[in-house]
Amino acid sequence: MMESHSLSNNHKRSLKDNVERGERFFRAFLLSLGVFMILLVSSVLLTLVLNSLPSIKEFGLSFFTGATWNPVNGKFGALPFLMGTLLTSILSLLISVPFSLSISILISDYIKGGLLSSILQIFTELIAGIPSVVIGLWGLFVLVPLVRKLETKIGITPYGVGIFTASIILAIMIIPYSASIGREVLSLVPKEIKEGGFSLGATKFEVIKNISLPYAKSGILAGFLLSFGRAFGETMAVTMVIGNSNKIPKSIFMPGNTMASVIANEFAEATTKLYISSLIEMALLLFLVSTVINIFGRYVIKRLSNEETEGKNLS
Amino acid sequence: MKKLRGRIFLDRVFFFTIVALSTITIAPLFLILFHIIKNGISAINWDFFFSLPKPTGEEGGGIANAIVGSAIIVGIATLLLVPLGVFTGVYLSENRETKLSNVVRTLTEILQSTPSIVMGIIGYIWLVRTMGTFSALAGGIALGIMMLPIIVRTTEEVLNLIPEDMKEASYALGVPYHRTILKVVLPAGFNGITSGILLGISRIAGETAPLLFTSFGNQFMNLNILKPMSAIPLVIFVYSSSPYPDWWRMAWGASFILVIFVLILNILGRLLGTRWKTRF
Amino acid sequence: MRKLLILLVVVSLATSMILTGCKNEETPSKEPQKNIELIGAGATFPQPLYTKMFDVYYKNTGVKVNYQGIGSGGGIRQLLEMAVDFGATDAYMSDDQLKEAPQKIVHIPMALGAVVVTYNLEGNPKLKLDGETISDIFLGKITKWNDDRIKRLNPDVTLPDMNITVIHRSDGSGTTFIFTDFLSKVSEEWKEKVGCGKSLNWPVGLGAKGNPGVAGLVKQTPGSIGYVELSYAEENNLPYAMIKNKKGNFINPSLESVSLAANVPLPDDTRVRLTNTDAEKGYPISSFTWIIVYENQNYKGRSKERAEELVKLLWWMIHEGQEYNEPLLYGRLPKAAVEKAERIIKGINYDGEPLLKQ
Repeated sequence: MMESHSLSNNHKRSLKDNVERGERFFRAFLLSLGVFMILLVSSVLLTLVLNSLPSIKEFGLSFFTGATWNPVNGKFGALPFLMGTLLTSILSLLISVPFSLSISILISDYIKGGLLSSILQIFTELIAGIPSVVIGLWGLFVLVPLVRKLETKIGITPYGVGIFTASIILAIMIIPYSASIGREVLSLVPKEIKEGGFSLGATKFEVIKNISLPYAKSGILAGFLLSFGRAFGETMAVTMVIGNSNKIPKSIFMPGNTMASVIANEFAEATTKLYISSLIEMALLLFLVSTVINIFGRYVIKRLSNEETEGKNLS
Repeated sequence: MKKLRGRIFLDRVFFFTIVALSTITIAPLFLILFHIIKNGISAINWDFFFSLPKPTGEEGGGIANAIVGSAIIVGIATLLLVPLGVFTGVYLSENRETKLSNVVRTLTEILQSTPSIVMGIIGYIWLVRTMGTFSALAGGIALGIMMLPIIVRTTEEVLNLIPEDMKEASYALGVPYHRTILKVVLPAGFNGITSGILLGISRIAGETAPLLFTSFGNQFMNLNILKPMSAIPLVIFVYSSSPYPDWWRMAWGASFILVIFVLILNILGRLLGTRWKTRF
Repeated sequence: MRKLLILLVVVSLATSMILTGCKNEETPSKEPQKNIELIGAGATFPQPLYTKMFDVYYKNTGVKVNYQGIGSGGGIRQLLEMAVDFGATDAYMSDDQLKEAPQKIVHIPMALGAVVVTYNLEGNPKLKLDGETISDIFLGKITKWNDDRIKRLNPDVTLPDMNITVIHRSDGSGTTFIFTDFLSKVSEEWKEKVGCGKSLNWPVGLGAKGNPGVAGLVKQTPGSIGYVELSYAEENNLPYAMIKNKKGNFINPSLESVSLAANVPLPDDTRVRLTNTDAEKGYPISSFTWIIVYENQNYKGRSKERAEELVKLLWWMIHEGQEYNEPLLYGRLPKAAVEKAERIIKGINYDGEPLLKQ
C-alpha cells in the first residue's frame, strides 16, 4: 500500500510538473514574441542607419540643404525633396482642415449617433480603405485633366501634374484620419458643460465654437498631426501625379518630387553605393519623422481619452 | 433683438457651411467609385480574368497572373504573420503593465506608422539581396510586416475586453494557463480577432510600394514563391504610366476588382468588429 | 459566423486552384513546361521587342522569360546585385563601371533603335529640328512653340503661341543616355550644364517613368515635347521630328536611316556609340541596345542548366529572334554585329567550360 501510494504521488507530481512546464514554456513563448517585436523594429532602424552611413559621411548636414540632386557627378542634395514633401504635406493638411472639422462636428454635435451618423462615419473612413495606387490612378486620369483645364484658364503652363494636384489627392486621403479622431474627441466633451452653455441661451454654433472646440482642442490638433504624418510618408498616389521633377518647385503649379516618391522612382536603379545610400538616408528620415509624429499624436489622444474616462469615473 | 437675430443667423450659416463642407468631404468617395466602376466595368470580361498579359503594345490579354499573384502574396503574408501577430497580441494582453510590454506596444505603433516605401527598402535589403533574386516570398514578408501591427493591436484590444471571470472560471476548473488561453480566451475573441485579420488583409492587398522592390512583377503565371510574381497593385501602377489605352482600361478594371475586394473585407471586418468596439 | 468564414476560405482556395489548373491558354506547342524561368530587367527602349520575342520563345520552347522594364540603370544595377539573369541597357557600361563589377560582364547587341523627339501639337505637324534648338528647348532657354528659332526651321508650319512643356525621364534611362549623348556632341552648353548620362539634373520639365511613361505624358499634355524610342511614338500615333544630322540633312527616323547610322566599325566588345553619325543619310540619334550578362555564369549558386538556358536564349535572340525586329520598327543587327555577338556568346562559360553546345 505504501508503494502504490508513493507511485500515485510520483504520478501526480510528474503530471503537475508537466503542466507547470507547459505553462512556463507558454509564458516564455509569449515573452519571446515580445522580444521578437523589439528585435524586428530595432533591425529596421539599424538597417536604415547602417545603409545611410556612406551618404551621411559624405554629405553630413549639407545633404538637407543641397538643392542639386545629380547622379552624374555624385552630388546628392535632398532639399528639393524635403521641400516637396513639406509643401505637399502642409498644403494638403491645410486643405483638409475645414472638411475634416466639418464632418467631425456634424457627426458628433449635430447628428450624434444613430444610423445616419454611422453611415457618414463609414463613408468618410472608406476612402482610407481605397488603395493608394487606385486613388493615384483616379488622380492621374480624372483630377490631372481638370487641373490642366484650370491652369489653362489661369494662363499658366498646363502641366496638370504638380504640387497642387498632389496636395489635393493627399488631402482626400488624409481627411478620414483627422475626421475620425476629431469625431472621437468631440464626442468626449462632457454633455454637462454643453448643456450649461445651452441653458445660458447660447446657439449651437456658439456652444461648438466656445465650448466643444476649445475643450477638444488638443485632441483635434493631434488628429491633424497624425494626418500630416500620413501625408508625409505617402508614396504611390503622390508619385503618380506630382510630375517627378528633381528641382525645387517655384510655384505650387509646378512639378516637384517628395522623398517617398523619388525613392520609388530611383531606388531600383541607383547604381552607385553613394546613390543608394542617399536614397536610404531619405528613407531613414521618413521613418524617423513618421515615428515621432505618430507617437506624439497618439500619446496626446490617449492622454485625452484617459483623462476623460478618469474624469467620468471620479464623478 | 438685433444682436439675437445676428447670432441666430450666424448659427444657421454655420450649420449650412458644415453640411456643405461635409457633403464635399464624402463626395470624393463616390466620385472615385463612380469612375472606377464606369471605366473598370468595360474591361471586365472572361479574358480579363483568365488570360495572361500580351507583349507590350499588343491589345488584349488579361491579368490572370496578377490576380493569382496577389492571392499568393497576401496568402504568404497572412499565413506567416497572423499567428505571430495574434500571439504577440496575447502577450500584450496578458502583460498589461510590465515595462517590456509597454516598450513592445510603442514599437508596434512605430511599425504601424512606418511608410510603406521604407518597408519596400527593408524587404529588398533583407530578402532580395540575401536570396539573390526577387521573389513572391520577399513581397509577402514585406507586406506581412506591414500587417503585423494591425493584428497585434486588434488582438490585444479584443482580448482586453474579455472579462477576467472567464479566465478565473477556467483556472478554477484546473485548466492550465496555456490551455485557458488557447481554448477559452482566444475562441471567445474569435470574431474580434478575425475582424482585425480582415482589416489587415484589406490594408495590405492594395499596397504597391513594398512590392516594387521585392516581388518585382512577372508577365507570366507563376506559382513558385521563390520567383518574382505579379500582383494587382503592381499592374495598376505599371499600366497607368503607359501610353496604351488598352492598358489604361485594364488598370481601371484591375482597380475595380481590387476595390471591391478591399471594401468588402473592410466592411466585413468592421461588422465583425463593432461588437468589440474596434478602433479605427 | 465561424463556419461561414471557414467555408469562404475553403471555397476561395479551391477556386483558385481549379482556375490555375484549368488554364490551358497559350501553353507551349512542343516541349512540356520546363521549370526554368529566366529573369531579366532593364531598358524600356527595347521592351516591346523583347516582350514579343519572349512571348514567342515561350510558345516555342516552354521557357519563361520574365522581363521588367525598369530602365537601363535598373538593369545594370540588378545585374550588379546578381538578382537577375540578364540586364538590358541602351547605355553600355563604362570601363569604370565594369571595373566595379564583381565579375566580368559582357555586352551583346540585340537591335538597333532610334530615339525620336516627339511632341503634342494640334494637327500633328511634321517638324524639322536641329541639335542646338533641341538643346535649348530642353535647357529651358526656348520656352514657346512659336519661338523664332523653331519658326525658322519650319517656315511652312503654323506654330501656336504656347508654352513648351518639356518631358524627360524620371528613372535611370539608356534612352536618356543616347539622347543626351547626341545633345552633348552638338551643344557645348548642354555638355557643360547637363552632360550625358542615364539620370541627370534636368533644368526643366516633368519626369515620367520609362519610355511608356514619357509617351503617355506627351500624349496627354498639350504643348509638350519629349524623347522616346521610335516604336513608342509610332504605336501611339505621336508625331516626331526630322533631325538635322552632321552632314546637314534633315533625316526622318526610320529603319533605313538607323541602319545607315550603324554602318561603323564595331569594337570586339560591341560597345560603340552611333549618335551624331557621319553617314550622309543616317539618323543622328540612333543606338544599339544590349543585353548584359556575366561571362562566367557560375556565381551565387547558379545551376549549369540555368546558364545553358540563358545562352540558348541569347543565341536565339540574335538569330531567329531578329525577324521580329523590323515589324516593331527596330533595326536588325547588321552582319558584323551578329558575328561579334556570336563570338561573345560562345565565350560565355561556366567556370571555364563553354556553355553553348553547337
